Amino acid sequence: LMYSRCLCVMYSHFSVRSFVNYEVKEDVAVIRMNDPNSKVNTLSVQMQTEMTEVFNEVLANNAVQSAVLISSKPGCFIAGADINMIQACKTAEEVTKLSQEGQKMFERIENSPKPIVAAINGSCLGGGLEFAIACQYRVATKSKKTVLGTPEVMLGLLPGAGGTQRLPKMVGIPGAFDMMLTGKNIRADKAKKMGLVHQLVDPLGPGLKSPEERTIEYLEEVAIQCAKDIVNKKIALTRKKGLMQKAQDYVLGIEFVRQQIYKTVTGKVMKMSKGLYPAPLKIIETVKAGLEQGPDSGYLAEAQNFGKLAMTSESNALIGLYHGQVACKKNRFGVPERPVKNLAILGAGLMGAGIAQVTVDKGINTILKDTMVDGLSRGQQQVYKGFNDKTKKKTITSFERDSILSSLTGQLDYKGFEKVDMVIEAVFEDLNIKHKVIKEVEAVISPHCIFATNTSALPIKDIAAASKRPEKVIGMHYFSPVDKMQLLEIITTDKTSKDTTASAVAVGLKQGKVIIVVGDGPGFYTTRCLAPMLAEAVRVLQEGVDPKKLDALTTGFGFPVGAATLADEVGIDVAAHVAEDLGKAFGSRFGGGNVEVLKTMVEKGFKGRKSGKGCYVYTPGLKSKDVNPDLEDLLEKYKLAANPSVSSDSDVQFRLVSRFVNEAVMCLQEGILNGPVEGDIGAVFGLGFPPCLGGPFRFVDTFGADKLVEKMRRFEHVYGNQFTPCQLLLDHAKDSNKRFHK
Amino acid sequence: MASMLMNPLRSFLFTFVFPLTLSVSVSPVQTKSKKTLAKPGVKNIVLVDGVRTPFLTSGTTYADLMPHDLARAALQGLLHRTSLPKDAVDYVIYGTVIQEVKTSNVAREASLGAGFSDKIPCHTVTMACISSNVAMTTAGMIAAGQCDAIVAGGVEFMSDVPIRHSRKMRKTMLALNRAKTLGQRLSLIGSIRMAHLTPELPAVAEFSTAETMGHSADRLAAAFGVSRLEQDEFALRSHTLAKQAQDSGLLSDVISFKVPGRDMVSKDNGIRPSSMEQLAKLKPAFIKPHGTVTAANSSFLTDGASAVLIMSEEKALAMGYKPKAYLRDFVYVSQDPKDQLLLGPTYGTPKVLERAGLTMNDIDVFEFHEAFAGQIMANLKAMDSDWFAQTYMGRKTKVGTPPMEKFNLWGGSLSLGHPFGATGCRLVTTVAHRLQKEGGQYGLVAACAAGGQLSMKVKQAYP
Repeated sequence: LMYSRCLCVMYSHFSVRSFVNYEVKEDVAVIRMNDPNSKVNTLSVQMQTEMTEVFNEVLANNAVQSAVLISSKPGCFIAGADINMIQACKTAEEVTKLSQEGQKMFERIENSPKPIVAAINGSCLGGGLEFAIACQYRVATKSKKTVLGTPEVMLGLLPGAGGTQRLPKMVGIPGAFDMMLTGKNIRADKAKKMGLVHQLVDPLGPGLKSPEERTIEYLEEVAIQCAKDIVNKKIALTRKKGLMQKAQDYVLGIEFVRQQIYKTVTGKVMKMSKGLYPAPLKIIETVKAGLEQGPDSGYLAEAQNFGKLAMTSESNALIGLYHGQVACKKNRFGVPERPVKNLAILGAGLMGAGIAQVTVDKGINTILKDTMVDGLSRGQQQVYKGFNDKTKKKTITSFERDSILSSLTGQLDYKGFEKVDMVIEAVFEDLNIKHKVIKEVEAVISPHCIFATNTSALPIKDIAAASKRPEKVIGMHYFSPVDKMQLLEIITTDKTSKDTTASAVAVGLKQGKVIIVVGDGPGFYTTRCLAPMLAEAVRVLQEGVDPKKLDALTTGFGFPVGAATLADEVGIDVAAHVAEDLGKAFGSRFGGGNVEVLKTMVEKGFKGRKSGKGCYVYTPGLKSKDVNPDLEDLLEKYKLAANPSVSSDSDVQFRLVSRFVNEAVMCLQEGILNGPVEGDIGAVFGLGFPPCLGGPFRFVDTFGADKLVEKMRRFEHVYGNQFTPCQLLLDHAKDSNKRFHK
Repeated sequence: MASMLMNPLRSFLFTFVFPLTLSVSVSPVQTKSKKTLAKPGVKNIVLVDGVRTPFLTSGTTYADLMPHDLARAALQGLLHRTSLPKDAVDYVIYGTVIQEVKTSNVAREASLGAGFSDKIPCHTVTMACISSNVAMTTAGMIAAGQCDAIVAGGVEFMSDVPIRHSRKMRKTMLALNRAKTLGQRLSLIGSIRMAHLTPELPAVAEFSTAETMGHSADRLAAAFGVSRLEQDEFALRSHTLAKQAQDSGLLSDVISFKVPGRDMVSKDNGIRPSSMEQLAKLKPAFIKPHGTVTAANSSFLTDGASAVLIMSEEKALAMGYKPKAYLRDFVYVSQDPKDQLLLGPTYGTPKVLERAGLTMNDIDVFEFHEAFAGQIMANLKAMDSDWFAQTYMGRKTKVGTPPMEKFNLWGGSLSLGHPFGATGCRLVTTVAHRLQKEGGQYGLVAACAAGGQLSMKVKQAYP
């Protein structure tokens, strides 16, 4: 003991390292990682350099038999590689070199004569996971924060430090593809079942130290024991395989079977990505190279493909979205004067209940108010179902479900509204009703209470006109279904106070939303971009393109949901309403398709998915859907002759997209948008703008404003001012140095 | 004993019980000149006497009985010991945890069976491991002038537990009751599938957290850095002291019980002093492979019943009894059922002392329920920590630990056994007996129970 204490003193004395350090406990080296400049550890240059140094010392130290690798940060092992390090590279070769350095380092870890145990608490993602799986043994805490995964594919990359080669061996080919192609997070207990970690440790409660601190200490104690046991041969590193495992290994040993797997997986990827995303295909190719041609080819393919992917516009777009998302998860308006602890929602419809669902589990007492018992009961059931589904999936216990729901009060009156800090109304989209509600509510709430209105198109200042305290009025535009859609669009008027905005953003962040804050105006940002595209979609339908074809064209461009399906999802009545309102506000620029098409559909009861019929016919229980046969007759009545010069597939795609993009750029020009980052995030997360293009602004940068303007001029020639490029877009077209994103 | 707990069915049941704690303060006969804790205007409540059946490892000699048989034995033993007329009590209250459905008010069945007057009302209470403590504290009815004499007790019978049909099967069977035509009946019978036949075992875990008690105890021990060695040492101490107490005839609360169809039983059968080497051989029972809680350092599944006679002081004296102790004060506390499930004694001790106006130094006899050696050690560490007291209890300084030379000197639940519902009365009677034997003035009882609750009592020796 004395000896080891001396060593510790010595190391800390001589070391100038700030990221990685180690101490020797008996004969185990405990290597601790802690990035002093960040909340999370990343595999930055500094981290890697110090890690190599430490590793060399550990190998050279005769007093050390084994090592434990652990993070000192609660909630994070290693969150991944440093993205900036990759982005700083100019060429594919540079990135390939980075990858090869990583591969080399982990190869040394894998071949280390002294066993290394990775002790994982918190996120272990990307490069962090690759590091962990290069170690000889893995122990993880069962904490909810402990997740393992390879999210590289979501950044348009692949696991570039040996992951594509080690994972198939560790969790099997199908398991490895599932992890790498979806990038999903895997919780500790699942990871144990998959064979990704060897042993689990329970998180601890209060003791003689804080739970977080003591849990890390406990994990370290258990990991040290594992390290010793590996050296003593009490723990065997080759695991006994079960019968299932042996059978699976046998089957996957057959080349024909493997070829079938590659084929099936490639087919699935092509179906889902339409070939627009190169990363998944490269992942398959790389795994295949390793399995079919041996490790040397595999590692080489990994490094080279990693380099190639890093230079793609898709990866650039996805990384841009990642950064944007991080930025939109911050409150740039500061800390609100008083936190919202009690919140009331008016209207228990789809939106109202959805908002309640994302609020009530964040420790906010939530009132859900409706005017009718039936509506209220339906809404409460929706919230219950949301949490009960989580119970079924075992992400929460039934006790947690009940405990969460105890903070939800369903009621028909305004009881308790005097204690409420914020009211979010989600009543019918009608200015008169909204005015009536605002007056009723202001009679019962306390002076500090914020009034937020959830509307998709009505200008907030018009709603606020009925308020006695417009500085407390703000728009919070949620997207349906609220519990699934990440975006929240917050709309401020000239009169909205900064504290009101700060408070709304704080609530939205608590609800787990990605937030854009935009200026007031008809349709704000998102609805205003979507409306012209939908108007164009109606014209395309009138010109004789059938809904299935329209959907194929839009999804083929990268939209996750086709335009016709999207209209059905949003609701044809809502679309008609918005088209009419915005048409009045913006005039002929918002024209294109005939609004009467939508109106007639509504009259006939084709209101979209919710009514069972829209562009398609929806049969409950059936996933496939057929085109609504009555729609054909209806469209026949409004038929327009297509102009062949602007009706090729590609032209139709660009007609739809250019109107969207032009309107987005105009929102920036008019100051509705705070910047291109929020514009991109809003379009991708709220409207499903193709993620591989990174949003309308990045699309203009990548595609070229001049080329887009050229196309628009051609459409303008046929259809008129709906395709007139806005001034800002023209400025960018004139000067190719002008870019929205640096 | 060890092997008993390794059996998965047994260890699970065992876990279910522990989340509550009770502490009783008993004060014995006034031997030293310490202040009395009598409160002006409130009747003094006294413990006249207490008995229990021998505590047996479940599945042994009691195996063919029913819970009320055990409770009846304890009641008859009490009648015999105190020569109490069968109509002299006003109320009978029993505590139990895992209820036999046929005798859900086990107090009534046992009381009638023991020959008590059928005019005596009886009720049954439940609060996990401190159920009989609840039964005893209902003696508050005496202070309130409702009664003058009550019998309180507890019973637990783990040799047989209610195992139900699955919910699906129950639903089908109930629907079958209502079916009117043969066709309806046949179609219901036809709907029965293999899955319907899977039985439903009694709760394996804490309902709110789905965590078993042993698992929670292991995490608690780890949180407080209690080593395996410390736990084994404490378990060995418990068994050694229990053996000494048994051999020297100190466990005088145990009555002999002629089990129908079997032999006479007059001794607890779970006391097995072993060696540290033997204990060290066991593998962890709950958290594998690195846990520290083993079958040997946990309490085991036990059958047993207990009963105490509680009266107002005037009534006891009028009936010619010499009471054994005053029951002075009690408090129940509860905490987070996940991470502080078994920390009741730490929270309850200072509270009950404060209420009684005493300090730790005033207490001569401590009897803490030993659910797990790790749980006792964790509590002792928590009570010794300023940081814990400041961070979680809102206190300025630590609670302070009971001196081991006053602590569970006649063994505890680890060695004597722990019939969930019956342990509370055993603790209280033991404190009274120890106060008499050791000549102490004040005693403190603490027990923790499932749900994160605890009860504490202070007793004063009867002069």
